[in-house]
Amino acid sequence: MSEKSPALIAKENIWVNNPVMVQILGICSALAVTNTLSNTLIMTLGVVFVTGFTNLTVSLMKNLIPRRVRMIIQTLLIAFYVIIVDILLRAFLPEVSRSLGPYVGLIITNCIIMGRAEAFAQSNGALISFWDGITSGVGYMLVLMTVAAVRELMGFGTLMGITIMPQGYMAWTIMLTPPSAFFILGIIIWMAKSFMMKGEKAK
Amino acid sequence: MTAPEISPIVLLFASIFTSNILLANFLGMCSFISISKDIKSSNGLGLAVILVLTLTSVLNWAVYHFILSPLHLEYLRFIVFIMVIAAVVQVLEMVIDRVSPALYMALGIFLPLITVNCAILGVTLFVEIRSYSFIQTLVYGLGSGVGWWLAILALAAIRKKVDNAPVPAGLKGPGITLIIIGLMAMGFLGFSGMLNVQ
Repeated sequence: MSEKSPALIAKENIWVNNPVMVQILGICSALAVTNTLSNTLIMTLGVVFVTGFTNLTVSLMKNLIPRRVRMIIQTLLIAFYVIIVDILLRAFLPEVSRSLGPYVGLIITNCIIMGRAEAFAQSNGALISFWDGITSGVGYMLVLMTVAAVRELMGFGTLMGITIMPQGYMAWTIMLTPPSAFFILGIIIWMAKSFMMKGEKAK
Repeated sequence: MTAPEISPIVLLFASIFTSNILLANFLGMCSFISISKDIKSSNGLGLAVILVLTLTSVLNWAVYHFILSPLHLEYLRFIVFIMVIAAVVQVLEMVIDRVSPALYMALGIFLPLITVNCAILGVTLFVEIRSYSFIQTLVYGLGSGVGWWLAILALAAIRKKVDNAPVPAGLKGPGITLIIIGLMAMGFLGFSGMLNVQ
């Protein structure tokens, strides 16, 4: 596990073992904010930040934390970084902070962060753990950005607030409702899995 | 944002059906997808969620209003909320083990899973943002728990049937589950004509 090169880790976290598509982790806190691309971008950047730094800290402290209480310590570390994200958002992007509502706080219970801390940072060096956290976060970000792009394009006819669709485009209201997020994510997982299966057969 | 006028009964129905914690707010998905393979464990986890959700939402409400708010420590709320949840789960586990070993056998293994269930923290944060009163918090916690339990039972039952259906290989497992959840969410959207509380 500790012998992996940074490039291999990045490839695994972003594609082969993508936290969302393959492990179905951490979708709770973020599906709800995928109705516009800019909100999703900020939310997932927050997740990348928290995963990266939690991994770094857990890895640095791994010899100091007694095994029995490590879960609660990890949770506290995660909560600490999430509070930083929350305060930054309130200070610099108050509007986004309001529209994200409780979902920033819910980064704490995002299973990806705890999962990476437990599975990787616990037994690896600091820098490589930091890299692992960042790439896991990016893998998560890419999937959610795809979902958000489809939803915003279909639902509002815009991307990042810029009108893309031609005039007279009838917005699909369904894309703004919760079910569409489930459908789109389901379809993305379907496509990714079929693609991976084809790759395995070719080998 | 403040909603002090909603009557508890309306809120109860709203939290179970129209703004179901899982299908409308996407909370508690992780354990939802992994546990719903089996009806019996879904039932156990669902009941445990109702219990913990009601307890923690009320406790966190009290902590926020009687400790954090008077001391102006609101910025610590994430840490405090998650600690309260972890503590409640731990105490509950010990109490149930003592009082009723049979119940412990049924619920015990699910309790630790609940600490990281997003629905629990989510309800607490919603309560805080919408500044609910005590009664509203109690009802909202209970209703959200019941809504989650209903949703996971329904999904587990549907997944049992889907096991025998010819699903394309790439769609098997999580893919088809998400699409089923999507269809369920559409069904629940139908309730939103009855009442709408946000």
